Amino acid sequence: MNLLLDAIRWVFDPANYGGPNGIDTRSGEHLALSGLVLLIAVVIAVPFGYFIGHTGHGRGIIVPLSGGVRALPTLGLLILVALNVGIGVVAPVVALVVLAIPSILAGAYSGFEAIDRRVIDAARAVGMTEWQILIRVEIPLGLPLLIGGLRSASLQVIATATLADYVSGGGLGHFLFLGLQTNNYPEMLGGSIVVIVLALASEGLFGLLQRLVVPAGVAARQPKDVRLRPVRSQTALG
Amino acid sequence: MFTAGRGRLVALGAVVVGAALALSGCASGNPLATGSNTPASKTTLIVGSQAYYSNEIIAEIYSQALEAGGYTVNRQFKIGQREVYLPQIEAGKIDVFPEYIGSLTQALDKNAAGGTSDATYAELKKALPSGLSVLNKAAASDQNSWTVTQAFAKKYNLTDIASLKNVTEPITVGGNAELETRPYGPTALKQKYGITTAGFKAVQDSGGPLTVKALVDGQIQLANIYTADPNIKSNNLVALKDPDGLFLPDNIAPVVSKKVDSKAAAILNKVDADLSQADLVSLNSESVNQQKSAPVIAKAWLTQKGLLK
Amino acid sequence: MNWIANNLDQVGQLTLAHLAIALPPIVLSFVISVPIGWLANRLRWSRGILRWSSGALLTLCVLLYAIPSFPLFVALPSLIGTGLRDPVNVVVGLTLYGIALMVRTSADGLAAVDPDVRESATAVGFSGWSRFWRVELPLSAPVLLAGLRVVAVSTVSLTTVGAVLGISSLGTLFTDGFQRNIPAEIATGIVVTMAIALIIDAILVLVGRLLLPWVRATSRAGGPRTSRSVKQAVVT
Repeated sequence: MNLLLDAIRWVFDPANYGGPNGIDTRSGEHLALSGLVLLIAVVIAVPFGYFIGHTGHGRGIIVPLSGGVRALPTLGLLILVALNVGIGVVAPVVALVVLAIPSILAGAYSGFEAIDRRVIDAARAVGMTEWQILIRVEIPLGLPLLIGGLRSASLQVIATATLADYVSGGGLGHFLFLGLQTNNYPEMLGGSIVVIVLALASEGLFGLLQRLVVPAGVAARQPKDVRLRPVRSQTALG
Repeated sequence: MFTAGRGRLVALGAVVVGAALALSGCASGNPLATGSNTPASKTTLIVGSQAYYSNEIIAEIYSQALEAGGYTVNRQFKIGQREVYLPQIEAGKIDVFPEYIGSLTQALDKNAAGGTSDATYAELKKALPSGLSVLNKAAASDQNSWTVTQAFAKKYNLTDIASLKNVTEPITVGGNAELETRPYGPTALKQKYGITTAGFKAVQDSGGPLTVKALVDGQIQLANIYTADPNIKSNNLVALKDPDGLFLPDNIAPVVSKKVDSKAAAILNKVDADLSQADLVSLNSESVNQQKSAPVIAKAWLTQKGLLK
Repeated sequence: MNWIANNLDQVGQLTLAHLAIALPPIVLSFVISVPIGWLANRLRWSRGILRWSSGALLTLCVLLYAIPSFPLFVALPSLIGTGLRDPVNVVVGLTLYGIALMVRTSADGLAAVDPDVRESATAVGFSGWSRFWRVELPLSAPVLLAGLRVVAVSTVSLTTVGAVLGISSLGTLFTDGFQRNIPAEIATGIVVTMAIALIIDAILVLVGRLLLPWVRATSRAGGPRTSRSVKQAVVT
């Protein structure tokens, strides 16, 4: 417990703020890196996810593939990429984007698949084109699950972005490496605490966002909407 | 986060080549030998190593030499931190451990003065806790250095650390995060030699391939790389001379427990007497460039030196 | 690829060591999480402090998952009194991560059981205990399986981080290959880790088909219509 107190003291020590190795600077780097990673992952994963969700095509290939990607150890990938591209943020960005994609992809297509088929049929019946169905029906209704996927991805990315500083990528990993190598456990634990706080903040933010994006009509109806429907097991990995 | 470095740097250290392999492959150690040189009671010695491939090769050499001398060896390789294995040696759980005299002295005594290799060795003998002793040191040393590329050295006519003053462009330094806080780090360059560095890039591989690549690619100009690293030769790097002893000399020497009797000590001393600096670099090179495993490298070296028949 | 041929023994040994570390957390986190998930779900329907504690329980799980893995592995020995190089550290750490993922899935899976069904079961005379085993558990099983698959895959992958502590696993190939600059060694570590994860996943799917034959039937008939909360549970 003493160690924990020391760590908390470390977090609140003003001497640890300011400068290139300050907690504030390092937290900023950590968040910037995580944000960039999520942005890239969204740009890659969401179109794929929407395509699968809307057409039902490609599921057989993309879903197992993204399941396989989940099994890819981030550390190994980081090292392998860094050996090729050198130090800096590129290797961590690549490794973390790969980490983030499966959750976001799953959020995107399962958001579509969770929509009652009758709703889609009704939209078609009133004369909507496929694009209109996509933009006015599927995307808004699928948004809460997409944000759910983003929420998981963000949590994983923030926790794992500590690896970035292994290859000079910046971020809060600095305190973990430095603490471990100089036997400064309060610093190491303190650094972890800051990471956890950032991760929880992201949880809170996305949780809130998830509630806000539920369309009013759906929100009103939702409690009744809970019906047992065994989920197709592939969803787990997808 | 997997530091290749030695000593306390190794904390995050790599889990190195299968001890499993070493155990299954080499633990046979000729237990059936009935030669006259087999001790009456078969003593089992536990040999440890750091999670650093070079250290493991030396541990493997010690092990095979001891086995040839009739001892049974239990290999406990790839132990990361000095803080973890030192107490284990003190407690008699490990009997033989290849060490680096300067780093170990500094770990035991933060105010160690260092100096020449002999002075450091004498200091280490004093600093060791009771129950532990250190056998003869080898000529081979694997120590910290300030290293630059050959092109950079030529351009500014660099020979020793002090000559870094000739450099007119900004110097970005690369190394493990803790290098910034070390007594030989960028601050020391500034205070001792008046050399201003432009920035610091943390690369946590203890002068491993990433650091070398950053140096070669020009992302950094000055790096902390171990002097026995075969990458220095294969990448045309220059380790700047250190006439003032900024870095403590890190000759290799085994730290041993009381269980190591005079006969075992003689075997280990014989190994160290034969281990030259060129040998160490070539052992490392066989591991890195030819991708051979530690047992294979160790056996070949011992055979070549006539220590293994 | 010469490296692989010369080091098959080592890869085999490390694969076994990897499995020995990765399998217990997968089983343990499942066995531990289902009761906790059940509890969280029950508390969710109560009022006041109890309801609040359900939320706290689930938040705690998120908190667990947010801990970066390598400092956790380093800090655990001092918390549970094991040696720094004891594989138990990694097993405990990975079990915690597994719980963090699985509790929420269990709670959501159990919550997705139609209240009408639950009431009907009570009405036809199931006691609380037998209702859980014979109604709620089988009905939430597909979601639990889905969650377990995520846990299994991520556990196999995270096991490599144990290399931080000097504990042998396929992660050893990353660190050693990195020091010695042997990309083939690192790539081997990655490929074998993924292969193990996918094989375990395939086994779980197979077991699911054997134990839960009704899932395929209904999903085929019902199409991809799934309740939101169940979907949510699985998008981890």
